[in-house]
Amino acid sequence: MANYLANIVLIEDEQQIRRFVTAALEIENFQVFSAETGKQGLIEIGTRKPDAVILDLGLPDIDGLEVIRDVRTWSNIPIIVLSARTQETEKVAALDAGADDFLSKPFGTPELLARVRAQLRRRSMLSEASNEGVYAFGDISIDLSKRLVSKAGLAVHLTPIEFRLFTELVKNAGRVVTQRQLLKEVWGPAYVDNEHYLRIYMSHLRQKLENDPAQPEHLITEIGVGFRFI
Amino acid sequence: MGMAESESNLEFRPNPDQLLQKINQEAEKEKRGSLKIFFGACAGVGKTFAMLNAAHSLLSKSQQSQAVDVIVGIVETHGRAGTAAQLLGLTVLPLKTFHYRERELKEFDLDAALARKPDLILVDELAHSNVEGSRHPKRWQDVEELLAAGIDVFTTLNVQHLESLNDIVGQITGIRVTETLPDKVFDDADEVTLVDLPADELLQRLQDGKVYQSQQAERASKSFFRKGNLIALREMALRRTADRVDSQMREYRSNSSIQQVWQAKDRLLVCVGPSVEAERLVRVAARLAQSLKSDWLAVYVETPKLQRLSNSARDTILKTLKLAETLGAETATLSGTKVASVVLTYARSRNVSKLVVGKSTRSAFTRLILPGVIDDLTNQATDIDIHVVSREKTLGEKDAQILEKQQDIRRNGPHADYQNHAHHASSLKGYYWAAAVCAGTSILVALILPYFELANVVMVFLLGVILISSKFGRGPGIFSSFISVASFDFFFVSPKFSFSVSDTQYILTFGVMFVVALVVSNLTANLRYQAVVAMRREKRSRALYDLGKSLASSLTAEHIIEISTHHLTGIFQSKIAILLPDSHEKITQPISNSRDDNALRNDLGVDLGIAQWVYDNQQQAGYGTNTLPSSAILYIPLQAPMRTRGVLAIMPNHEEGLVAHSKRMIFLPEQRQLLDTFASQIAIAIERVHYVDIAQNALVSMESERLRNSVLSAISHDLNTPLTTIVATAGLLKQQLNSPLSNNLTDHKKQEDERSEYIDMLYEQSIRMKNLVVNLLDMARLQSGKVKLNKQWQTLEEVVGTALRTMKQPLAKHHIVIDLTNTSTGDLPLIQFDAVLIDRVLCNLLDNAAKYASEGSKIIISARTTQQDVLVSISDDGPGLPGNLENQMFEKFTRGEKESAKAGVGLGLSICKAIIEAHGGKIGARNKLTTNENDHSKTHITGAIFTFSLPLGTPPSLPAEDVL
Repeated sequence: MANYLANIVLIEDEQQIRRFVTAALEIENFQVFSAETGKQGLIEIGTRKPDAVILDLGLPDIDGLEVIRDVRTWSNIPIIVLSARTQETEKVAALDAGADDFLSKPFGTPELLARVRAQLRRRSMLSEASNEGVYAFGDISIDLSKRLVSKAGLAVHLTPIEFRLFTELVKNAGRVVTQRQLLKEVWGPAYVDNEHYLRIYMSHLRQKLENDPAQPEHLITEIGVGFRFI
Repeated sequence: MGMAESESNLEFRPNPDQLLQKINQEAEKEKRGSLKIFFGACAGVGKTFAMLNAAHSLLSKSQQSQAVDVIVGIVETHGRAGTAAQLLGLTVLPLKTFHYRERELKEFDLDAALARKPDLILVDELAHSNVEGSRHPKRWQDVEELLAAGIDVFTTLNVQHLESLNDIVGQITGIRVTETLPDKVFDDADEVTLVDLPADELLQRLQDGKVYQSQQAERASKSFFRKGNLIALREMALRRTADRVDSQMREYRSNSSIQQVWQAKDRLLVCVGPSVEAERLVRVAARLAQSLKSDWLAVYVETPKLQRLSNSARDTILKTLKLAETLGAETATLSGTKVASVVLTYARSRNVSKLVVGKSTRSAFTRLILPGVIDDLTNQATDIDIHVVSREKTLGEKDAQILEKQQDIRRNGPHADYQNHAHHASSLKGYYWAAAVCAGTSILVALILPYFELANVVMVFLLGVILISSKFGRGPGIFSSFISVASFDFFFVSPKFSFSVSDTQYILTFGVMFVVALVVSNLTANLRYQAVVAMRREKRSRALYDLGKSLASSLTAEHIIEISTHHLTGIFQSKIAILLPDSHEKITQPISNSRDDNALRNDLGVDLGIAQWVYDNQQQAGYGTNTLPSSAILYIPLQAPMRTRGVLAIMPNHEEGLVAHSKRMIFLPEQRQLLDTFASQIAIAIERVHYVDIAQNALVSMESERLRNSVLSAISHDLNTPLTTIVATAGLLKQQLNSPLSNNLTDHKKQEDERSEYIDMLYEQSIRMKNLVVNLLDMARLQSGKVKLNKQWQTLEEVVGTALRTMKQPLAKHHIVIDLTNTSTGDLPLIQFDAVLIDRVLCNLLDNAAKYASEGSKIIISARTTQQDVLVSISDDGPGLPGNLENQMFEKFTRGEKESAKAGVGLGLSICKAIIEAHGGKIGARNKLTTNENDHSKTHITGAIFTFSLPLGTPPSLPAEDVL
């Protein structure tokens, strides 16, 4: 029992999906507690103190968004949301409510496992790096306290806004950050509708930090939803 | 012999149309209720009693077999005890209360009767006039509706109420009854029972107070119930009943011997003029037509003279025509200068066999000089009988009302009616001009007299007379000739300054001038009239043509309504509304019309109840008709060949001073005909649009049916292929798991490899199915029109990046080249688009390229800007486009290769097209051509290029950033 990598609570009303997700996770040595309804799920999260939560947005009893909001009042545990492909607004709402990542149905188990691992890694990485404020992603490294960004050992000059935007992404590395969240944090609450700011500065960042800006490896766009830094 | 036989067959062969009509009539009769009239000579003979008695005996008879629902609609007992007693045991329908001028009036409740739908209803006094505000002004119309609803009716009627006998009864009794019943109703009744009582017995009953309460009886008997009257009325009732029986017998005979039914019928035509006599003429014609069992027509010929009639006189004519219509005639208004020829032309065109005209008032002497209408008619009508009807003063002799004259009739005076009321419309202006011209002429003549002969000078006066006659018509013309002769005589003929004429030759001068004035003015008046008639006719046909043309081009019912309302408002100077039924056959309020709304919807106040009645019964109602005439609006059903399509509501303009004109514009016979023509044109247009809709829907459903079939076959193929693989592979895996694992290490390894291969296949095919489902859902979403573009300003680079990321797997074996740098400015500008949808487009195009281009080949994504657009191209080194499909590629369910193993229903490109077009861009495909290395004139296809455009727009500005 002590050998489990992590505890995960799965809230999903479809039995088939619950079953294969559980199976996939258990093969990878995760302990899974599954719940069929939102309320049951909240109880499970409260009692099991899991390392991550996988949550289906369409639940029979309460809205998945409410589950997220409820959990966020007392915990920062990673929440991965499952939703239908075309419901971008639903995803954005979940992310704005505090979810960390999303998966569109249908999804494969490798993809799911990758996301779960990424969330678990993110937690440990942030706790490690927070002391020094130095992060490294591939050949990109950033020192928050010294405000230094370098790529392949060479210093990269960023404008103040570019730096603020990059910092925000780094702080949320591995998470999907919505456009709204970024605009609010970097430019301020009055600018949440100026999406084009974000587009242009993201484009600048990619040109400065990515090997091929058209096929980025770190500054990923989640179309219609937001950005992810990995 | 064979021929003779066939000829005789031909002679007696029933006309199919008539046969059909007969069958239809019979079928109609079966549906209708039957009408039984208890007919009597006058009040008090016991009609109501007999009716109630009949109802009772029917009831008692029916109780044995099956129950018959008999109710009393309305019975007036007049306080007679015997009648009241008869009412016992019968169900009496409550009367409806009307509030009329602060009085409560009780009236027969038609709607309640229709709602109850009994087998038989008793309705007293068929000729009764309903209280104002009822649906029909007359009770017999209520009865008609009951019969039409299939309800049998018992009713009562007095002889004096019959329309055609109305005037005769009036002459006999001295009392003209206003409540009349069209003879047609009486004739069409299924049964007429005569309730007869000898005059003496009736008088006895009257004295006993059995008919009226005592005081009333005194008064009644003095004026009406004189023995002479009663005998005459009884005789009439008996005769009228006998006539009916006679015609019944004839009909029976003709029914049994088919030959006679098809005999040529007489057709009567009566000429109506503006005199009060005309009404009588019409009644006489009606009686004649009835006795001959023939159709009849009433016509009014409008000549120049009659054009000048006052409006009230013309209204009288309209009333007379209306009367003729209620008596069963078909009416028409003709125009022309020569009454006789116009009438005869019309009569011949309608196969009329008898003409009825009124007798002239003119003396034999006048007729010798100026032959009248009847003379013209007798001269010209070689094939038509002419009946001349005597004048009112001869009416005392009851039996000699109609002077039947055959065609060799002695020359008779012109029709009297045409002589009266000939007003001259010329104003005083003409007379002033006549005086002025005469004065001018006199001065001119005085000046030239020294140089010209007196006889020549007269010509100048004559010229003046001609001018005045031609310009101002007869009155001023004659006046002009008078004063010209007078001034000529006074000033220029010796002895001068006196009217005495020494030379008798100037009498001739006077005579010539007078005649010239008459002739010229008549000629001019005729010409002018013809011009007016032609102009009006032209105006009418132009109006028809205009409306027809506009209607022909209209494609929606709303458009038709708009056009019709616009046209008709102008032509009839009235307010118009067109009401259409909804899908439940209920007439709805007119559709608001933006252009003329203030005139139509707001003031018209259409009564939907009346409109519904008109729509259901296909009869006109409202103003100027027999149904609800108190309404201010005339409702005309829009009858199209197949069915009624709606209701046209027309209301005369109520503005001060326009009312009379507006009413005339609607109710003049020719205008009414025009209105009817318009109504049927509109109806036909609406019907046409209706069928266009149906045809279009049929086409659409055919098209969608075809599409559905192609979708089904495409989807079934594309879904079945991966499904089959999945099922089969899953089966294989299971089979392998059941078989024991080999101990041999090589075999074991092989088995493991196989298993892994099967799992890859399962995964691959599932992804293929997933993609198909994604595309189908996308298409459904785009088709449903529910997709709202979420346009944002963004970089193309970003969306290309995400698409490439999504398509990583299928594109793994291709070499991707990205060229998104603008040659001139370096960077592409921000473009406004929906990233999610454009991502779909790119994914689909990339998927397509990956599918068709061979592994290891190059796929190039490039973009460049033009003046207004950004052009994005994706080119591959595949086999290119199939030659004949270039244009169809973007249609749904088209694919380069039929039944190919490559996945995708061909939905991808049509989704791309829908998305790009929603963005205001275009998408196209062409072949990449490369010139042949050996022969430069030849090219060969080296791949396909898909290009789409997105409009550039003006990107929002970005605030300058303070450099750190």
